[in-house]
Amino acid sequence: MPVWELSSTARVVPPARPRKLAKVPFVELADGRLQGVVSSGSDAGRVYVSSLATGTYAFACSTNNNRPCGGARGGFCNHIRALVGEAVLQYGAERVARYLKADTGDTSDTVPDAHMLVALMTATRPEQGDTSAAAPVFSRFLRHLAYLELEPTTAPLPEMQWFPPTRTVA
Amino acid sequence: MRTDLFTDPVDGLDEALSAVDAFDRVLVSGLLRPRPDQAAGLTALATAVAGTPLAALVAEAADKAAAGAAGEDHLVALAAARTALMGSVHDALTERVADITGRRRAERNTPDAAADEPGANVLAAARAWLCDLARAGWQGIDHDLVAGAAPVVSAMLPDPRLRRQATLLDGFAAELAASCPGATLDRVPVRRWADLWTRAMLLTLPGAVRTQALSTATGRLLPLGVDVQEHATAVQAQVHAVFEPADGTEPRLVQAAVSAPKPDTVVGAGLWQLLRPRMSLLAAAGECRTMELDGMPVTEEGDLLWDDAQARTGEPVEPFGTARIILSTATDPVTAPLDRHPARIAVPVLLEGYTVEDEDGGRLSFALAGHRLAVDTDRIPTAGPLTPEAVAASGACLGLLRWDAGEFVLQPLAVETTVRKKAVAVHAGAWAGGTTDKVGVRAEKAATDSVAVLRERAGKLLRA
Repeated sequence: MPVWELSSTARVVPPARPRKLAKVPFVELADGRLQGVVSSGSDAGRVYVSSLATGTYAFACSTNNNRPCGGARGGFCNHIRALVGEAVLQYGAERVARYLKADTGDTSDTVPDAHMLVALMTATRPEQGDTSAAAPVFSRFLRHLAYLELEPTTAPLPEMQWFPPTRTVA
Repeated sequence: MRTDLFTDPVDGLDEALSAVDAFDRVLVSGLLRPRPDQAAGLTALATAVAGTPLAALVAEAADKAAAGAAGEDHLVALAAARTALMGSVHDALTERVADITGRRRAERNTPDAAADEPGANVLAAARAWLCDLARAGWQGIDHDLVAGAAPVVSAMLPDPRLRRQATLLDGFAAELAASCPGATLDRVPVRRWADLWTRAMLLTLPGAVRTQALSTATGRLLPLGVDVQEHATAVQAQVHAVFEPADGTEPRLVQAAVSAPKPDTVVGAGLWQLLRPRMSLLAAAGECRTMELDGMPVTEEGDLLWDDAQARTGEPVEPFGTARIILSTATDPVTAPLDRHPARIAVPVLLEGYTVEDEDGGRLSFALAGHRLAVDTDRIPTAGPLTPEAVAASGACLGLLRWDAGEFVLQPLAVETTVRKKAVAVHAGAWAGGTTDKVGVRAEKAATDSVAVLRERAGKLLRA
């Protein structure tokens, strides 16, 4: 077997790249979607839950109280555009494109970016999806926030030896 | 230091590892409908432990698994066999390390006491999920299967007694999720995922997490360096240090760890910010100062169970000085029986008088008296002043000797190098307690802002 396959500490997932969280506090590639939470520009107590399906790019955007987003009729709203932009910052454009199954073609001379990804997806005239994913995405966001509430401990975790850091970024 | 032993073969190592590899390949395609080559892999594992008390149990488990009829107990038996083999590899390698460093190992006399066993239900749920994984195989994983870990992890995380299991399952599940669907994977981290699966299986069993016999440490602690470990939703910093007991008995190597769960967007300097408030030793190690310990709880494995109330910051001390004067006289700690695995080996060493070689692919190695030691610069945390370039230009290196993928590797913790014609020491953990470095200050500010946004959001939304 190749060395990578024989390594106990092979790096499988590069860590997230640092980014500013004010506009899009949560983004993830999960459940067959690029999904996340986008802060409302006007109301600090309101957030939008936005998502894009892998392969079809079916898009959905609604508030956490399940009111539809006025901008997401017939095409991508600004929340979805912001979501793609921040996902590219966090994971790198290549990983986002691969996850969404967006064919960026031969990337040897053009580096894909968020703008190119959005253009590529809107060109296929994706359909508006239903907002049924909003509730589970929002609860995943709350679960994500709850990690900050957990106390640090000084009892050793021997299993963390399997998780070395890496300087490689996504 | 016997540098010739870095590359000298270790007796029996290849045989033990080939049985492990044979079993690991079985998990790639899973145990739902085993093929003949998988049956052979299972037999190889059973044969390797045929002379041990596990023999009958594992032979039966291998038979059942080869017939596609392995129950939970059978899978536990297979995990136990693999753990035993890796334990033997660990033992052979630590003996080799002792020959290399010339240091003595501490002795371990007191048996562990059974711990209270919390979370029997959630541990059973974890085990059921792991059994489903083994049946599906890495090539059979999909989002639905992997998502089964989330409720288990959520239930475990709030209980600090289940932190080990929760942290392992969370990191493992995140990797699997990022690799779904398994059918389209170009390559599989075969040994790594088998390690994580085996480890997780074992930790679901009653008695796997033992309460170690505790004594107390009173004396002077001299930090050598800081090792950081992280996955998307957890971080641990471990300070390696020499402890000089106040009663004048011989110095010993110890570690002190601090860990925390975290959101995946907290990275870089944000990791130090999460951990810093819980352990004053991070700042002391970052500033190269000793600490005076008074009655600090310590396990037989040399793990200090850190409590700030039992420690006070002392005098400045340069870790390279500690390494040159005291390190060779200190004893190495022993590893708890169930934790014996080559990935656990992390032994402080000081290397000098090497030539740095740049291999193809950008990997560095140190050549010492004709023998080569690979250097894992990828392990150097980004939130610190130490860089691969500094390692490449170094004349002395304080690091952790590790073993992975068939060879010894050195993880640099600090180097001595020349900056503007002046000799300086650069430490990976120098920013652990904070920094005035321009780049560091910017990273700290960005991390503070991220956490502030998340806390503000949590305050508004978790309350609503």
